[in-house]
Amino acid sequence: MTCANPLRYLATLLLACCALSSRADITIDVTGTGTRQFPVAIGTLSGEAVLKEPLTAIIRADLAGSGRFKLVETGTTPPVESPVAAELADWKARGADALSSGTVQLAADGSAVIRLRLHDTVTQKPIAGFEVRARASELRGVAHQLADQIYEALTGERGVFATRIAYVLKQGKRYSLQVADADGHNTQTVMASNEPIMSPVWSMDGSKLAYVSFERKKAIVFVQDLLSGARRPVAAFKGSNSAPAFSPDGGTLAVTLTIDGISQIYLVDASGSGSPRRLTRSSAIDTEPTFSPDGRTIAFTSDRGGSPQIYTVPVGGGEPQRLTFDSSYNVSPAFSPDGKSLTYIRRDEGRFVVASMDLASRQSLTLSQGSYDESPSFAPNGKLILYASETGNRGTLGTVSSDGQTRQRLSANGDAREPAWGPYIGQIAVTRLSSNP
Amino acid sequence: MKKTLASLTLVGLLAACASTTPAPVENKAPDATPTPSTNNSNTSTQPVQPSQGSKLDPLNDPASMLSKRGVYFDYDKYDVRADQQALVEAHGRYLAANPGRSVRVEGNADERGSREYNLALGQKRAEAVRKALSVVGAKDGQIEATSNGEEKPRATDKDEASYAENRRADMVYNGE
Repeated sequence: MTCANPLRYLATLLLACCALSSRADITIDVTGTGTRQFPVAIGTLSGEAVLKEPLTAIIRADLAGSGRFKLVETGTTPPVESPVAAELADWKARGADALSSGTVQLAADGSAVIRLRLHDTVTQKPIAGFEVRARASELRGVAHQLADQIYEALTGERGVFATRIAYVLKQGKRYSLQVADADGHNTQTVMASNEPIMSPVWSMDGSKLAYVSFERKKAIVFVQDLLSGARRPVAAFKGSNSAPAFSPDGGTLAVTLTIDGISQIYLVDASGSGSPRRLTRSSAIDTEPTFSPDGRTIAFTSDRGGSPQIYTVPVGGGEPQRLTFDSSYNVSPAFSPDGKSLTYIRRDEGRFVVASMDLASRQSLTLSQGSYDESPSFAPNGKLILYASETGNRGTLGTVSSDGQTRQRLSANGDAREPAWGPYIGQIAVTRLSSNP
Repeated sequence: MKKTLASLTLVGLLAACASTTPAPVENKAPDATPTPSTNNSNTSTQPVQPSQGSKLDPLNDPASMLSKRGVYFDYDKYDVRADQQALVEAHGRYLAANPGRSVRVEGNADERGSREYNLALGQKRAEAVRKALSVVGAKDGQIEATSNGEEKPRATDKDEASYAENRRADMVYNGE
């Protein structure tokens, strides 16, 4: 789908919010790194000093924060955009296997034209080149997109620096639902309340969040449009209403309701109209539904077998199949974007850790090392998992690579919890440059 | 000093009866700080003169079992324990005798594990209390079972005593 316009609006909206609160609410520590880090020199973009966002610094922070790269010191003098062989050999001698260089030029309308080229210092050949035009409000997003391009060119995987995350922040007695860039900057308060907020999830097009709010003294599911801020209760039945999950087409929400007594899974219209259709029928707790990416299957948590375990059921109904057997407590399932694996929380000798399961082989893997890890969700490239952790009695967010090799901790200004990684959304068009400048 | 405390408490209780804000200390959602009855900001801004001879609502009479609202549960369990039956039955009979009153049963759970699963666990506890209230005559329309899950812990330490305190369902009457 094409979403260039929504992103522009979003960038403007975020910028407006930033003017009110420009502090970075999250700082990132890389707490573990992969076995091999790719050494790269990210040269300062020539001419970027006139911009109000430090593009090169953002790109460097993204790449370093991923744990996949070792940044080679470049100094502040920009390398020339198209270095000759001897210059590339010099960068190789300084330890870099690749070098990025580029320029920023201001256009007559005030927008910036940014050109970035990536060079292989070993073969001394160009790897890729990009050009993008951005308005002032789009600069941070564009820097993340360029970091994504570098990441993809060097690792072969699509980057997620230009995506966004949602999470719940508790500061004192105040709860707020936050949306931030994947690097924790550009935080925007979506909703704030003196009562708890839980379980935010993104719609697949990134335009909406569904969440649980206790603002009416009990759990009610709301859907909120991020651009307009408009929101409505979509499940506010007798008892508790919770655990929302969007269908991939955005038209349906799976939720946990208690209208028939015990917590069971129902499907409701995402617009809040119509009556709920009951999907599961057990005499036990059924909750935490999540759709498979093809929209055909729902995974959920149930204690119908005597302990909480993860089951799957066809969206059209049918007999649930038990998926997890590796612990007496397996909860909070989320599918990978390709639908081939599942991440979930497993209790392991009294510790709650992030695990993943390959759905074909049913092999599972422990990914995190915390004691109270919760709420895992995949990044849209399927290579990272975002989860809630606890450090010194305070909620923090963490990411772990899907192979368990690289970990980051994101420390927020308060008690952060219930994170959800958003989808790819429309981005500014980046033009690929030909090899020969 | 003793006398002052007693009268302050009385004023607090009466103010709680007179106000529609959620006031009684026992049922107040315990956030970070416990709220002693002598330091209740709700009551200090709304003084109510105790009138001689007024009959205290049994729900707020410390001498009445009905002033107790918390029903405790065992770990990962949701049946009303034998030692909690008398309390639940007293409230059920009170509701049967006072059809104008209604109650929200708010289940809670300790903080370990998934927030959503704990919400469902709290709901199951609230539902068990709802059924026990019905058995002795409370009408369905008088009771709503809801859950706070692990979101409103009364005790915040990471020890068994705190976890046990939070495995609880509270009966919150309308107007409280």
